Amino acid sequence: MNTLFDKIWDKHVVQIVENGPTQLYIDRLYCHEVTSPQAFDGMRSRGLKCFRPDQIFCMPDHNTPTHDQDKPIADPVSRKQVDTLENNAKEFGLSYYGMLSKDNGIIHVVGPEKGLSLPGMTIVCGDSHTSTHGAVGAVSFGIGTSEVEMVMASQCILQQKPKSMRININGKLGKGVTAKDVALYLMAELTTSGATGYFVEYSGDVVRDMSMEGRLTLCNLSIEMGARGGFVAPDDKTFAYLKGREYSPKGVNWDKTLEYWKTLKSGDDAVFDKELNFEADDIEPRITFGTNPGMGIGITECVPTLDTIDESGQASFNKSLKYMGFKPGEKLQGHKIDYVFLGACTNGRIEDFRAFASLVKGKKKADNIIAWLVPGSWTVDKQIREEGLDNVLEAAGFAIRQPGCSACLAMNDDKIPAGKYSVSTSNRNFEGRQGPGARTILASPLVAAAAAITGVITDPRDLM
Amino acid sequence: MIKYKAMKQKFNVITSKCVPLPLENVDTDQIIPARFLKATDKEGFGDNLFRDWRYDKNGNLNKDFVLNDPTYGGCILVAGKNFGSGSSREHAAWAIAGYGFRVVISSFFADIHKNNELNNFVLPVVVSEDFLSELFESIKCNPKMEVEVDLPNQTVTNKATGNSEQFEINRYKKHCLMNGLDDIDYLLQSRDMIEGWEKKNK
Repeated sequence: MNTLFDKIWDKHVVQIVENGPTQLYIDRLYCHEVTSPQAFDGMRSRGLKCFRPDQIFCMPDHNTPTHDQDKPIADPVSRKQVDTLENNAKEFGLSYYGMLSKDNGIIHVVGPEKGLSLPGMTIVCGDSHTSTHGAVGAVSFGIGTSEVEMVMASQCILQQKPKSMRININGKLGKGVTAKDVALYLMAELTTSGATGYFVEYSGDVVRDMSMEGRLTLCNLSIEMGARGGFVAPDDKTFAYLKGREYSPKGVNWDKTLEYWKTLKSGDDAVFDKELNFEADDIEPRITFGTNPGMGIGITECVPTLDTIDESGQASFNKSLKYMGFKPGEKLQGHKIDYVFLGACTNGRIEDFRAFASLVKGKKKADNIIAWLVPGSWTVDKQIREEGLDNVLEAAGFAIRQPGCSACLAMNDDKIPAGKYSVSTSNRNFEGRQGPGARTILASPLVAAAAAITGVITDPRDLM
Repeated sequence: MIKYKAMKQKFNVITSKCVPLPLENVDTDQIIPARFLKATDKEGFGDNLFRDWRYDKNGNLNKDFVLNDPTYGGCILVAGKNFGSGSSREHAAWAIAGYGFRVVISSFFADIHKNNELNNFVLPVVVSEDFLSELFESIKCNPKMEVEVDLPNQTVTNKATGNSEQFEINRYKKHCLMNGLDDIDYLLQSRDMIEGWEKKNK
């Protein structure tokens, strides 16, 4: 009761279906090429136009190659899917940022960049990492393609109201410990189902101290704990971040809207269905060892042993370790790796590139490593070059690729070969996620940079 | 494989053998790998259900995987807890429905996937952990045993042991499943109410 989630949710209720879900108004719908074609087909077969086309923004990101974007996409199936989005956006009169547009990028990087995601909004997309936009204080969550069609048709969705959870993280993060490590820590503590059914509010000193990009990373990973979404109440950092962005309110409208945004916080008397507390001191740089994001350890720790796993989970645990080629109790620091991926909606922003560059500056990429550095958008790419980070990275033997989701889920040709290890700043390490047989180790940009220099799993603090 | 349009069928009582998948945290990348998401329609996903578990890297059938074992069959999938975690891809529900499953039984479902199943007329049945482990045991002892899922009465019965449980389902969704209705028709009827909300709030 009286939580910020309640305030935003309740404000957007159009009606409550008797003995059923809530009909919730949606301020913003984002569409990418993978989860929209069937929704547009559905609209077409019903003879409908989009109810509120101005509130819908489309861009391809999953299939886009990260090189030679000015040439046609080589894979005809990928090309068709991207073309289909472009044609659909045109037919239905929706804003579209194509591959070569300076506005293109990963949808969850572009939305906040352009001020399309704002405090107090309800935001959806056919993509589970839609939770990212919660960082600006929006109720933002992933939906299926049928639900995308619902929003196109009515600008509303039918949803059960989730329960509310507050996660407080207190203290101060140590050197080399980032927002990504905080998220990986929470996923290990809560597991991939620990927040299912809940909408999470992140709070506490650590969250207040985080930059906006840190908060974007943290909220991005809410889905990996099973949460419906996760957000941070807006504060002065949020307002400073949003001021002047293309779609942010301007002039008198800005002042008026700001007054409203300042009311967006949970009451002092707010009661959450669940409240959890964590300490920054317990969080070190993290890596995953298994095949779901919750199977993680501190970088100085060892893979768990079988006796620490519940009987019902042992079959899955053993299957995971067999896939990854790790043993129970094994120390992973010093383990040789093959690929490093910096990018994705989780860690493809300018601060992530700054962090990576700061660690590799003056050093050289290890010979055994293939590294893919993929900016989250053309805006991020521009900033990388304006700050001279491209020179630092190139001097160390790294090349910067073109924006897109890339190796996060390997729908384009950035695939990790079977049996190879990748240290990846993305969000999922499921079997085959980065390519059939690929072995993914999730980590922060600093851990990824350290591994790229030494060629093995390395504590970045040893190089700082 | 079943054509997509046929899936929007009314749901009443289903009695069937079960396919057991006693693994926890089965994520949607396993249910339908990303390379199959490039489709622009809803057809053919059943062929690729659990693709990388059904087939080895040379494209041969993996004899150890339950879907390739003729001992097991039926339109009910029984899975370990936290089924459908990870990506929101509705393609996972299309694959499950396209293969021919009409019910998935587990002790826990990930939220988005559960909704996706309901929107595709696949019934997710949540049972207690005890019921689930007993069910896995029953299937192991006799792969031909049957389960009855009664949607109107919201009961699921292990016909080998006779044990039964009530399961939860949202009344509105139950109505949709029993009558072959989807949400969009409902939303389209409420246009005036939506415009009323916009006038008041925007």
